[in-house]
Amino acid sequence: MYKQCLNKDSTINTNVILRIADNAVIPMDEANTDYQAFLLWKSEGNEPLPADE
Amino acid sequence: MAYGTVNADVIGTSVAGSNLGAGNASIMKNRIINGAMVIDQRNNGSSVTPTVDNTYTLDRWSTGLSQASKFSVQQNAGSVTPPIGFSNYLGVTSLAATSLGAGDYFLLKYTIEGFNTSDLQFGTANAKTITLSFQVYSSLTGTFGGALQNGAQNRSYPFSYSIPVANTWTTISVTIAGDTSGTWVGATNGKGLSVWYGLGTGSTYSGTAGAWATGTYFAPTGATSVVGTNGATFYITGVQLEVGSIATGFEYRQYGQELALCQRYYENMGSCYIANSSNNYGSLIYKVSKRATPTITSSSSGFASQGSITTEGAWWVYTTSQGNSTITVSAEL
Repeated sequence: MYKQCLNKDSTINTNVILRIADNAVIPMDEANTDYQAFLLWKSEGNEPLPADE
Repeated sequence: MAYGTVNADVIGTSVAGSNLGAGNASIMKNRIINGAMVIDQRNNGSSVTPTVDNTYTLDRWSTGLSQASKFSVQQNAGSVTPPIGFSNYLGVTSLAATSLGAGDYFLLKYTIEGFNTSDLQFGTANAKTITLSFQVYSSLTGTFGGALQNGAQNRSYPFSYSIPVANTWTTISVTIAGDTSGTWVGATNGKGLSVWYGLGTGSTYSGTAGAWATGTYFAPTGATSVVGTNGATFYITGVQLEVGSIATGFEYRQYGQELALCQRYYENMGSCYIANSSNNYGSLIYKVSKRATPTITSSSSGFASQGSITTEGAWWVYTTSQGNSTITVSAEL
């Protein structure tokens, strides 16, 4: 399960995604294997949770 | 080769029949990092039981599995005496007597980055011959095996080797003619070449030993299954992959050098203390540049990033929790 992150100005951070299970901040870089796993998870119809306000 | 003659990886010496390079004496001849199983940043000698594919154990050494929790991995498991010249080994212990279905696989995996395999020229007519050598010890005897594979996992070379005596270190050497077919990544940070060690592989992923084939094979047909016997052990160290058709002596590297090589892929940045529980911002500068933009994990809850992460460091990371927090950075393949 994943969750969006916020920027300091409270907009959605489009550079990273949070993996909830281990509190890992994953960069949106296709060379990153954790991001590859996120993309696979998303391709199965899943969506990350919204960021905490 | 005549004295002074130079090609891409061999230099003729003044001693008849002796060359430098091609595995004989070149610096950094071993393409395997942590082949002596010295570095264990993640677990520091503790046992890990993989539950998902691609769980990393000792540095650079990952696992593959089709069923969770069938084996454990630990540096120096069982505390046997390592082979002469080594202080450490990677130890696998079977946790059950697992029957193999056709699609099952249980594996140790090492993946070499493309930057460190591009000179092998796999996928071309100039593909170089390589030799894989290692020391292995098992409570079982028989024919064991593994495979070499490209990044796309559609070219495989299953190999077999024999362990004739149980609970005794055996030196293994496997020479492999380079693959002249298939698609192999060049000098990039992608997956250049994977080495798999089979711990139990079903028929779907087993192939004919000693030849390159199109397909995904992790082991040769008929190899011994370590996970098939509850409590069976499989220990390995001294893994070396080098250019040439002869296994040469293991290349020892200084500890700091080996650690730095590992830190390109994973770095334990240690513990830091967060003084209060409001949002605490900071930057991270890694000791070693990473292979790719890494994943950053904190033991502290409330850890997040409101900035950017690069291969050199991270900015505007923060946590909302007070106390000690251990930061790890991963850019594994």
